[in-house]
Amino acid sequence: MTPELSTTSSSRTANAGDMADAAVSRRLSHLRQLEAESIHIIREVAAEFDNPVMLYSIGKDSSVMARLARKAFYPAKLPFPMLHIDTTWKFKEMIEFRDRFCAEHDIDLIVHTNQEGKKANINPFDHGSNKYTDVMKTQALLQALKSGGYDAAFGGARRDEEKSRAKERIYSFRNRFGQWDPKNQRPELWNLYNGQLTRGESIRVFPISNWTELDVWLYIHLEKIPIVPLYFAKKRPVVEREGILVMVDDERLPLAPDEVPKEELVRFRTLGCYPLTGAQKSAATTLPEIIREMLLTNHSERSGRLIDHDEDGSMEKKKREGYF
Amino acid sequence: MDQETELIERDIDGYLVMHQEKELLRLVAVGSVDDGKSTLIGRLLHDTHGVYEDQLHAVKKASTQEGMEIDFSLFTDGLVAEREQGITIDVAYRYFSTVKRKFIIADTPGHVQYTRNMATGASTANVGVILIDARLGVLQQSRRHAYIASLLGIPHLAVAVNKMDLKDYDEGVYRAIVDDFTAFARQLRFKDVQFVPISALKGDNVVHASERMPWHKGGTMLDYLERVPIAEDRNLKDFRYPVQYVLRPDLDYRGFAGEISSGVIRPGDSITVLPSRQETKVAGIDVFDGELAEAYAPMSVAIRLEDEVDVSRGDMLVRTGELPHVRDCFEAMVVWMNQQELDTEKSYLIKHTTQTTRVDVEAVISKTELETLEAHSVDTLGLNDIGRIRLRTHRPLYIDSYISNRKTGAFILIDSLTNATVANGMIIEPEVGVSQMPRADVNEPARSVRSQVSPKERGNRLGQKPGLVILCGAPASGKSAIAYALERRLTDLGRVATVLDDTGQGTSQSVRMFAASALFHAGLITIVSAPTDEVDRKELATLASDAAVEVWVNTPASLCRKRDHRGSYDQGAPAFVEPSSPALSLSLADLAPELAARKIAELLEERGLYSQ
Repeated sequence: MTPELSTTSSSRTANAGDMADAAVSRRLSHLRQLEAESIHIIREVAAEFDNPVMLYSIGKDSSVMARLARKAFYPAKLPFPMLHIDTTWKFKEMIEFRDRFCAEHDIDLIVHTNQEGKKANINPFDHGSNKYTDVMKTQALLQALKSGGYDAAFGGARRDEEKSRAKERIYSFRNRFGQWDPKNQRPELWNLYNGQLTRGESIRVFPISNWTELDVWLYIHLEKIPIVPLYFAKKRPVVEREGILVMVDDERLPLAPDEVPKEELVRFRTLGCYPLTGAQKSAATTLPEIIREMLLTNHSERSGRLIDHDEDGSMEKKKREGYF
Repeated sequence: MDQETELIERDIDGYLVMHQEKELLRLVAVGSVDDGKSTLIGRLLHDTHGVYEDQLHAVKKASTQEGMEIDFSLFTDGLVAEREQGITIDVAYRYFSTVKRKFIIADTPGHVQYTRNMATGASTANVGVILIDARLGVLQQSRRHAYIASLLGIPHLAVAVNKMDLKDYDEGVYRAIVDDFTAFARQLRFKDVQFVPISALKGDNVVHASERMPWHKGGTMLDYLERVPIAEDRNLKDFRYPVQYVLRPDLDYRGFAGEISSGVIRPGDSITVLPSRQETKVAGIDVFDGELAEAYAPMSVAIRLEDEVDVSRGDMLVRTGELPHVRDCFEAMVVWMNQQELDTEKSYLIKHTTQTTRVDVEAVISKTELETLEAHSVDTLGLNDIGRIRLRTHRPLYIDSYISNRKTGAFILIDSLTNATVANGMIIEPEVGVSQMPRADVNEPARSVRSQVSPKERGNRLGQKPGLVILCGAPASGKSAIAYALERRLTDLGRVATVLDDTGQGTSQSVRMFAASALFHAGLITIVSAPTDEVDRKELATLASDAAVEVWVNTPASLCRKRDHRGSYDQGAPAFVEPSSPALSLSLADLAPELAARKIAELLEERGLYSQ
């Protein structure tokens, strides 16, 4: 044994009190622990699957997931592309943010739109939010995954978002039709993920499953992660419909004769398609103010999204059909 | 929360700093159908403001039980089908946090058939919370839950004695349960066991201290969860770093990405690469934000090495002089998680750290009866069984005992046909393995004593499947010549084979059977060359059933006569009953013994008889 080694081992046979002190000084905060786990998951998928892709929704959760992915492979670039499902009804600022972000970090971006749906002019006004979401989001996503031949797709869903997500696994298996069977998921123990696929199967992977909305915001704050400006309060043109403030992002939003857009100081808690995403009145223009508002409002974040209230257990239904 | 709300309003930056430094605690909550687990979790979430207003509103609307404002259990009931059945049937994860810690609750059902789910939730838990109904006391089920929690290595156990409101908050009732449970828990491996008398329904001692139980000085459930020390539970002693992914952005950089399973590492430390055992030093530890002076479990980092050594995914970096066991055979406790029971004839995949390889279950040693927690010997394990097995992997793994390392001591088994995760395993320290064997039952009758080592198991040790080749044919047809050529051939192929040649020795069938059986059971490929009749051959073949192959050496009588030097043909052709269905028939008239041996070896390979 070299002298150097014997010193190391003698310092390690210190008494229990010292061991405890050493453990406390080497404590990882919950955010760093969540970060380490998410990076582990992302690397594991990159190593075990042939053709992964990361779904990028441009929202805050996606921004955190993209940061974690960059950390996982630093100093190398991402070994997989990012995929954005463009319904053509996203906020303009989201698209600008997306393009800037991917260019800055040399990320391979794939943008997919359901062309048949686009031709048929499927939109949230004439066809209702259910049909529109099915065609322009769910079907579009399944098309893109199929045409890319991806065997693993990362998503930024969190288990605290909705009750049905509480039981979702990190590796969520989909049959060849992209459907989820909540009764037939594999048990997940420790950090040992079973990535063996049967022909035609694919998985959705949720590396930030264990993060809560507060964790996501705290991490964005700690890491100074850029997010779409729509999260911050600003004067924006809105109309009020059934108690929900809808932003007039472009001229395609049909206005009733008595509807006149008003400039209001508003911001968004979640981002999606602008006609389906409610704004909230707010004066929060900094991250700490946003977090304060979130904590004090104490409202489920998805209550701002119209698609969840259609019927009881609605998210679970959508998920079985392939929606994230 | 009122103080917290005040802090959020007054000093959000101060609040953020406090919350960025929180610890993470995972707990698994287990209980039976009616002992109020969902209510406890719902109460924890509700009283720490872990549920949102609109969820609260929905639950208030859905609460149907009379005389109750809120049915707390509704916060945690999950999928539609389960809600209809009124029971949770899977593991669900819930989240709440306080200023001190963020909590992840694995909510698992407690019926006996759901051992699997509890093991899943328990695998990563720092704390186990077991509910006991104060009216019923310590049930067998509570012991079972505690045993599984201990088996999965949860360091700390909290026992919530619930429904104290239905026992008039009586200290005596509580004390009796504490004494009863403490006596039992001494046999288990928890670092500490904490008891809390609560009423989840009324909220006593969950988050807020109960005024109705002034005799309890031990604090509330939340106090305990916020204070129980967990940082020391990590193994910071033995550096274990399973390589996950190799980073090669350009020719100059080669970093090995992974999550530190245990231990601490610094640049300059001497490390050994497994399995190559090459030694080198850590050149640097990289993360996105720069280089680190020190990294420790459970950080995800990238390590650069000083020398150009060969390292790929599945390899492990360890500190030189602190090696794990490098084994391809070890014993483990497993929880069987699949409808299809364990099949020792089947080859499974094992995933251990970042390695996945084939594995055989060499032996099922025992099963722990959950009713009595005693081990009994069995042949197989079924869904929700807990047992001890011996495994042989096709590549060596770098293992520690689960007790010393929850990362490098753990594995899962995967059915390679269905891809289902069929079991999870906890490795038993190889050295102490023997002393933990279940004690022999003195009442066991002597007749049941037989070898505990199967031919298959011995064959595995030799890297082959044992087999029995029976060469038959008329006298001087060339059986022995072919037998020895086959022995040579198989040996050259790396197999262990031997010839049992009793030609011309007048050996009795019973002696021949005894010898063939001993050689076959020793795991050898046994080649029998004997002047046998049809009945004897059939009897011989039963020794090895599927692994027996009958080869007819069908050399023409004229050639046999020429080869004969024992005088077998002096009184004309001796009687020989031709086999009715040989696997192969060959003649020295067409093939030299070496070529005949080659043909037989090919047949064996075709049938998968000697290769694993």
